[in-house]
Amino acid sequence: MSQDDWDLLYQLTAIVGLTIITVVTRAFFMIPKNELPLPDWLKRGLKYAPLAALMAVIAPELLMVKGELTKTLLDARIPAVICATLYYFKKRGILGTIVVGMAVYLPLHIGLGW
Amino acid sequence: MSLHHRRRAIDHPSFRAGVVDMSGTAVGIAAWALVTGVAMVKAGISAPMAIFMSLVVYAGSAQLAVLPLMAMGSPMWVVWFTAACVNLRFVILSSMWRSYFAHLPLWHRLCIGYFSGDVIFVAFMRRYTAPVAKPQQVYYFWGASSLNFITWQGFSIAGILLANVVPLEWGLGFAGVLALLGVLYSMLIDRATKVAALVAATAAIAAYGIPLKLNILVAIACAVTIGLLVEAVDQRGRKPKIVVVAKNKPLPSPGPEQPDDGTTAVPVREEHVR
Repeated sequence: MSQDDWDLLYQLTAIVGLTIITVVTRAFFMIPKNELPLPDWLKRGLKYAPLAALMAVIAPELLMVKGELTKTLLDARIPAVICATLYYFKKRGILGTIVVGMAVYLPLHIGLGW
Repeated sequence: MSLHHRRRAIDHPSFRAGVVDMSGTAVGIAAWALVTGVAMVKAGISAPMAIFMSLVVYAGSAQLAVLPLMAMGSPMWVVWFTAACVNLRFVILSSMWRSYFAHLPLWHRLCIGYFSGDVIFVAFMRRYTAPVAKPQQVYYFWGASSLNFITWQGFSIAGILLANVVPLEWGLGFAGVLALLGVLYSMLIDRATKVAALVAATAAIAAYGIPLKLNILVAIACAVTIGLLVEAVDQRGRKPKIVVVAKNKPLPSPGPEQPDDGTTAVPVREEHVR
């Protein structure tokens, strides 16, 4: 087999494995037939997990540059998030939040290079 | 499922509700998918392989995490282990999916797992807050998840094919962050959730340096702990309200769905109050 064939095989094997990982992690607690007993406090506490997961994905994207906290206010993301937040708590629409945020972000980012 | 069955499922009102609930965030998902597609090709994978990967793996953050490793020819277990770690948050979410879908056959549960994502999860939990299985939930799930899948794949493939045209430096992916921000705001319903979110943000940034995106798990652990603490403090602060009712008047009935958690008003007859 040539090097190209090996590369192809490597990538295909990796992708098949990754697909199985997607299914197993996302379905994890749904796979066993009988429920795994979880303590009551943990069940109550888990309702904070989804919002924490989202926040953990968003916060670094908003406030960090290359693994460091943003040190300047001349960052297009900050005014964009402020405007998007104001819009959300006034109108409660997600589509509008995206549109308002991008309308502030794109000119500052592309135009002024913030 | 026969074709006839499937057509009936699409006509179900809950299927439509799922589609409608996801349509607002779809713009953000689309922008994010486009940027992910571009980034996949830039990481050094061929376009056909990138399309195949997008279609079957269907996990944007895991794909982006493993592509540089695959480009370096890292050992297979490193690639898989990394993806599993990035996906760990879904393991936690799956414990909540179980309360709604445990009665379905195994193949259906696996499909639900595969097609579920964070945004679908939030939309679903907002509509069905009580963890009680109802027949229409399956339709709602498939409505929400089909729109999510089609949007993600369509724009991801567009990004792969247009990788050299779409300028990454424009920062279009920021629309995806804004979509998640809106979804997050919709989950802040009381003091405990607000404090938990703030703590999660701090923890995720403070622990950003640990590898394999495990800062997400740190944030979850901190948020769960603080959420339970705030709940406990708020519960203790509240005392049952005593309502005095005249002897000849009937007792006001407590609302039909008020849980007896010691926080609701307790009607007491005049003669009992001394």
